Amino acid sequence: MEASPIEARQGDTRQGDTSPVIHVEHLYKEYISAAGVMPVLHDLSAQIMHGEFVAIMGASGSGKSTLMNILGCIDMATSGTYLLNGRDVNTMDRDMLAHLRNDLIGFVFQGFNLLPRASLVDNVALPLVYSKVTRDERVARAEEMLNKVGLLKYRDSHPNQISGGQQQRVAIARALINRPKLLLADEPTGNLDSHTGHEIMDLFSELNTRDGITIVLITHEAEVAAYAHRLVRLADGRVVYDGNPAAHLSTHTPQKI
Amino acid sequence: MITAMLNEAWIAMWANRLRTILTMLGMVIGVSAVIIMQAVGLGAQQQVQESIESMGSNLFIVLSGAPTSGGGVRMGSGAIPTLTTSDAEAIEELPTVAGAAPSVSDTAQAIYGARNWSTQITGTTSSYFTVRNWELDAGAPFSDSDIRSATRVALLGKTVVDNLFGDENPVGQTIRIKNSPYIVLGVLSAKGQSLNGRDQDDTILVPITTAQRKLLGSQFAGTVRFIMVQAKSAEAMPAVEKAINELLRQRHRIREGAESDFNVRNLTAMANTAAETTAVMSLMLGIIASISLLVGGIGIMNIMLVSVTERTREIGIRMAIGARDRDILLQFLLEAIIISIIGCLIGVILGIAGALAAQAIADIHVVITLGSILLAFTVATAVGIFFGWYPARQAARLRPIDALRFQ
Repeated sequence: MEASPIEARQGDTRQGDTSPVIHVEHLYKEYISAAGVMPVLHDLSAQIMHGEFVAIMGASGSGKSTLMNILGCIDMATSGTYLLNGRDVNTMDRDMLAHLRNDLIGFVFQGFNLLPRASLVDNVALPLVYSKVTRDERVARAEEMLNKVGLLKYRDSHPNQISGGQQQRVAIARALINRPKLLLADEPTGNLDSHTGHEIMDLFSELNTRDGITIVLITHEAEVAAYAHRLVRLADGRVVYDGNPAAHLSTHTPQKI
Repeated sequence: MITAMLNEAWIAMWANRLRTILTMLGMVIGVSAVIIMQAVGLGAQQQVQESIESMGSNLFIVLSGAPTSGGGVRMGSGAIPTLTTSDAEAIEELPTVAGAAPSVSDTAQAIYGARNWSTQITGTTSSYFTVRNWELDAGAPFSDSDIRSATRVALLGKTVVDNLFGDENPVGQTIRIKNSPYIVLGVLSAKGQSLNGRDQDDTILVPITTAQRKLLGSQFAGTVRFIMVQAKSAEAMPAVEKAINELLRQRHRIREGAESDFNVRNLTAMANTAAETTAVMSLMLGIIASISLLVGGIGIMNIMLVSVTERTREIGIRMAIGARDRDILLQFLLEAIIISIIGCLIGVILGIAGALAAQAIADIHVVITLGSILLAFTVATAVGIFFGWYPARQAARLRPIDALRFQ
């Protein structure tokens, strides 16, 4: 297997914990549409260790979003094995998957996906509603997270009252509030200008190095991928590159939108 | 958890307030219809019940008549007096009979001072009070000696007192009926309407002998129009009816096979029929009202289905951050229940107001019970759960990825 974990990086607080947080093997995913069966992932295998910061790149239709949804337990593979933190996802029922999404995984979307009618503090606190945390603690922790992303002063605003970059920060605060081990981000900077995009990526880097959160993100921007410590490139549902981002990005023309 | 969900339900309902209010309106109308219809139905039932109680229990009325004259012209009951006071006395002797009161009656003008009032004058015996279960508010009933000597004494019904005396105490005063003076012995207690809607208090009772000899005047001396008979118990009623028939046929010397010249009617059975009719009527009213509640429930289901479709993406987001199926189910179910409970509260208030307004304006007797309000609440909550369940389950069963991708 060409996937090789980057070990003992600087600042990794989980040094020594080298078990894979994500382990997928022979993953297939097909969609059945009117045009027939559409293969999206084709015999995909990979491992991601605790504390890694991985960027996934690939052209549209390469299956990167599908992979991300499967990794985030909001979609299921057609066949193949997915061990999340050592546990087989395929054997779990809907409630157990919901628990994983709530507890273990933080998900950041390209379109932010905040609830438009809820205030920022309520948006951030939402995952805690589903993990039976008392109201006082929910508010306290949500305020702490908002403070961490620098938006505490907007705690009672609504998502449409703040900028896109700020909304993505709120979404990140929400993804992190339950102290997940794994942060999945599907083109987190896709809807943002490059300056704001860099701010978000700086935040991700900090979360990875300081808090040791494993981060997997999708991007098609080389400068975003450069923040990661490992780059996986997909094409037609297969892994075509897995390794150092710098080496790969220098030899490949970065894709622009 | 539940407070957070209530809060979210409130936010969602507030965001679509017009829609929420219109949906609620369906419940409001349904519940107030149920409350009003039940109040009217119970009111009617209570009125019938009161009439039955005021009539007296286990009653028969024996009417004279039903004879055929030679030409074959059949006269109505009571047209030809064939019953006599002694018939009544004989009936009273029967072992299963509690009392028998012979009665004659006619309409006449009663005068007191400058006021006059046309009312029904009934001549009867003191058995009448026990048979009809009728008490006096003031004064005393006439005695057997009043009946023997046909004295001019009278007992007045409430309505007669109100019209002749106003606030004055009538006991001991003298009224005039057909130009003869009568001393008022007492005032009868109020009985209200009879089953056929007649005011039972618009009456004057006098001794039967007085009525026969001095007041009404009949070509057949000693005859009576009807005899009211009370059986000792409800179980004895069939036996009493048979005994009266046999006794009177024998006394009137009617041959085997010939038609009776009297007519025994079971008033209690008729009253029970009336009570059953009212019960069926209030049941029908209830069913009709329930249909509007059902329509309200369908309105809730409709709106909840729209709401689930509209908020599919929101459901996807919630699922992506860890909402379980039952969290989503509860959220939508809670909304449906809140709409129905608030709708029910308003409906109860409007229903009570409507029922009281009907009573005040249209003079319809209504009865509002805690039971009917509780019933409305229970039904409304059940409707909310029943019609909220399907949309909520649709929401909870969505696959997270489908919900998130929904545009």
